[in-house]
Amino acid sequence: MPLTRRIFTISSLALAAAAASLPAQAADTIKIGVLHSLSGTMAISETALKDMVLMAVDDVNAHGGVLGKKLEPVVVDPASNWPLFAEKARQLITQDKVAVVFGCWTSVSRKSVLPVFEELGSLLFYPVQYEGEELSKNVFYTGAAPNQQAIPAVEYLMSKDGGSAKRFVLLGTDYVYPRTTNKILRAFLHGKGVADADIMEEYTPFGHSDYQGIIAKIKKFASEGKKTAVVSTINGDSNVPFYKELGNQGLKATDIPVVAFSVGEEELRGVDTKPLVGHLAAWNYFMSIKNPVNAAWIKQWSDYAKAHKLPGQADKPLTNDPMEATWIGVHMWAAAANKAKSTDTDKVIAAMAGQSFKAPDGFTVEMDAKNHHLHKPVFIGEVKADGQFSVVWKTPGPVKAQPWSPYIPEDKGKKDEPEKK
Amino acid sequence: MPIRLLLLCCLLLAPLAARALSPAQARALADGDTDARIAALDQAVAANAPGLAPFAQALLDDAVKLTPAAVLVVDGAQAHDAAGGAPAALPDDAADVVNNNRMRGALQAALAALELRAPDPARRRAAVAALAAAGLDESLLPLVEQALGAETDAALKSSLRQLRATVMVGASDPKRRLAAAQLLVDADDPGVRGLLIDRVAQEPDAAVRAALQDSLARLDARLAWGERLGLLFTGLSLGSILLLVALGLAICYGLMGVINMAHGELMMIGAYATYVVQNLVRAYWPAAFDAYVLIALPVSFLVAAAVGALLERLVIRHLYGRPLETLLATWGISLVLQQAVRSVFGAQNVLVENPAWLSGGVAVLPNLVLPWNRLAIIAFALVVLGLVAFLIARTRLGLFVRGVTQNRAMAACMGVNTARIDTYAFALGAGIAGLAGGALAQVGNVGPDLGQGYIVDAFMVVVLGGVGQLAGTVIAASGLGVLNKLLEGWSGPVLAKIMVLVVIVVFIQKRPQGLFAFKGREA
Repeated sequence: MPLTRRIFTISSLALAAAAASLPAQAADTIKIGVLHSLSGTMAISETALKDMVLMAVDDVNAHGGVLGKKLEPVVVDPASNWPLFAEKARQLITQDKVAVVFGCWTSVSRKSVLPVFEELGSLLFYPVQYEGEELSKNVFYTGAAPNQQAIPAVEYLMSKDGGSAKRFVLLGTDYVYPRTTNKILRAFLHGKGVADADIMEEYTPFGHSDYQGIIAKIKKFASEGKKTAVVSTINGDSNVPFYKELGNQGLKATDIPVVAFSVGEEELRGVDTKPLVGHLAAWNYFMSIKNPVNAAWIKQWSDYAKAHKLPGQADKPLTNDPMEATWIGVHMWAAAANKAKSTDTDKVIAAMAGQSFKAPDGFTVEMDAKNHHLHKPVFIGEVKADGQFSVVWKTPGPVKAQPWSPYIPEDKGKKDEPEKK
Repeated sequence: MPIRLLLLCCLLLAPLAARALSPAQARALADGDTDARIAALDQAVAANAPGLAPFAQALLDDAVKLTPAAVLVVDGAQAHDAAGGAPAALPDDAADVVNNNRMRGALQAALAALELRAPDPARRRAAVAALAAAGLDESLLPLVEQALGAETDAALKSSLRQLRATVMVGASDPKRRLAAAQLLVDADDPGVRGLLIDRVAQEPDAAVRAALQDSLARLDARLAWGERLGLLFTGLSLGSILLLVALGLAICYGLMGVINMAHGELMMIGAYATYVVQNLVRAYWPAAFDAYVLIALPVSFLVAAAVGALLERLVIRHLYGRPLETLLATWGISLVLQQAVRSVFGAQNVLVENPAWLSGGVAVLPNLVLPWNRLAIIAFALVVLGLVAFLIARTRLGLFVRGVTQNRAMAACMGVNTARIDTYAFALGAGIAGLAGGALAQVGNVGPDLGQGYIVDAFMVVVLGGVGQLAGTVIAASGLGVLNKLLEGWSGPVLAKIMVLVVIVVFIQKRPQGLFAFKGREA
């Protein structure tokens, strides 16, 4: 018995000590969650976003932090495993008591964590372009809605400069984002007089690596009529074999342009881009955009990558659109929390409305007063031989997001703000 | 009418500049909206403006910059004026000239059109092919007519006529349309197909329509061959990957009866060995970078074989004859290996670059391009297959392996060190898995879970082929590859994978011993 008693005494002492230290610790820092896949098929895209959150946190801390406290990031790895995203989100909110979570890339991961955030009343900042058709009070969408990316890109392909495409291949990874985006695009193309016979829809599983058959199919489809263009919503590391095959098979952008919605500077790292010159991507930011804010931001990222010896980034630092959206998100949340003088979810949500930030895309982007989406400029870029993009088309200024697509009949009459619960 | 004014300037200035573009021409080509630039380009091509070809090439190479005062061509750190060629300082604020796909297509067509005048017939042939591939634009028709008039080579003359026909098929005179439609009978470019389908749909004249349909039918027949061969090739290419993946397993599982769930991870180790060799070669011997694959393959074999030998000695040896325990133990090992690689190299995919000679492809037919990396893997799979078959059937080691697997006690009585033979055989299987990993690094992603994507396929091939049979493995691998691609073309890759699994399940139920089986007391 004495042993048990001693253990009991020690553990209660330890507990008391822990309890005593807890408030002290909580007073020092505000915890924020980072929920990005650091392994599995999405790690190619999401790892850089995790590092960008950390750099943004450093930046916020260097400028006085939030409410006079330093931010303390809690990083978890949901491993490209969608149910694990929900588990890790719950762990971040209930165990680590984070004030806000920055995370997710694929829409399927966002759909997986959404009930957790709504149930626990926490806040998620989602930094990637997506399919819309969703508006949660607990999420701020700092990436593009379809009208800020997909629709302008297809309009460009149909324009004279874009090659006057008349036939479209909608190629994607098999999950909710590509399927919904393609549903919207199909409705949009119908409105433009494109018949179903001139649209080919094709899906591959996550992590698919053999694109020979798909590319043969695209070639055949293209030879059956007028100018054809490919709209790619392939996500994750499948893009590397896809673009390698595209180059090896000699599918040139001047014949069949491929416009991608989830491929940026980071995904093309290590792909030989010389055969891919002219293929397109639509985003709200490109690394090649020239302005002082962007130059300073790239410099800051390069220094950060070198100082922290980030694999790949230290030798060849690259920035991309979701990284920019992450950067904007962290700063806007910090500014909103400071304005609200609290990290309470509802108070921050109220303070987020109308927040503005001088973004690396060259504009002062603004959070919409109601719909939780940013007003963002749209750029269309063509791949250059060095793996960067040259901007061939852009909107004159930021565009307001339409989370509910006007091309989907069921969306008629849906309110442009989250339902109050 | 600013364009016309611009053209007038060009015309006036052209005779003045002897060997270079005029400043106005250069600016018209490099600055402004795409419509105006293409108009200026057409005009310059028609006028055969001097210095146009190098400038168009510089535009294509993204080597042209604009300042308010001049159009500069950048060459490394230096720059020269596009008009006149005088060296010029490159200001920091010089703007890049951005060419979109449309402009780039027009520039390529213009360069090809200029090449039509080249003295060398080979260059002219290449130019005609480039124009045909790009689709001839009406604005270049006069140049083609001109070239046709001057052409002496009969073969080139006929391809030029065909090229002209792609534009003439839209002429207003039905006779010319008919002539063009008849000329297109010999067309073999897939791009012409879309044109013909389009023309058939809107042709009012019955005779012309019949001629168009005839040309289209013949073109389709020719292109169908390319498609069939393409399907066969993609099937064989997938089959060759399956074969490489399954060969090692055919030895471990087929010959030795070890259910090795860590087979995929041995492949992953081979792929990482390739990655390490690539980095070492790049760091210490950059001149030989293109040959790194040749160094990487033996290294992947040796590393994977060493890991395999270690596994056999430490774990598998103690579990012979207990398949369930072996399965669990090797599955555990696979997790350990994955985590080990994650700890050493990180959880992200690593980058394995294709050497230059494995990039690109060879065009066999107008609609069939065979990529070099796929061809190389097919050849490599055949070589590995040949080596394994030789090793098993013709060498002393192979004899011992076969002896031990057939009758261990008898082999031991004959003085064979059966324990050592087990290690050798398992290491050989593991080494072949390493080779497969090294080859796969050239076509797919290299990450810690590389092996998991292939382990099921590997077991499928070995079981389907008949356990213990190399010939069965070969036929099963290529058969599954072609079947998979056939179904993929028909139903998409997601459904195809499911259907292949169903086919295999049904097949194994009807014939549990696989395609081939030992005919003997065992079977």
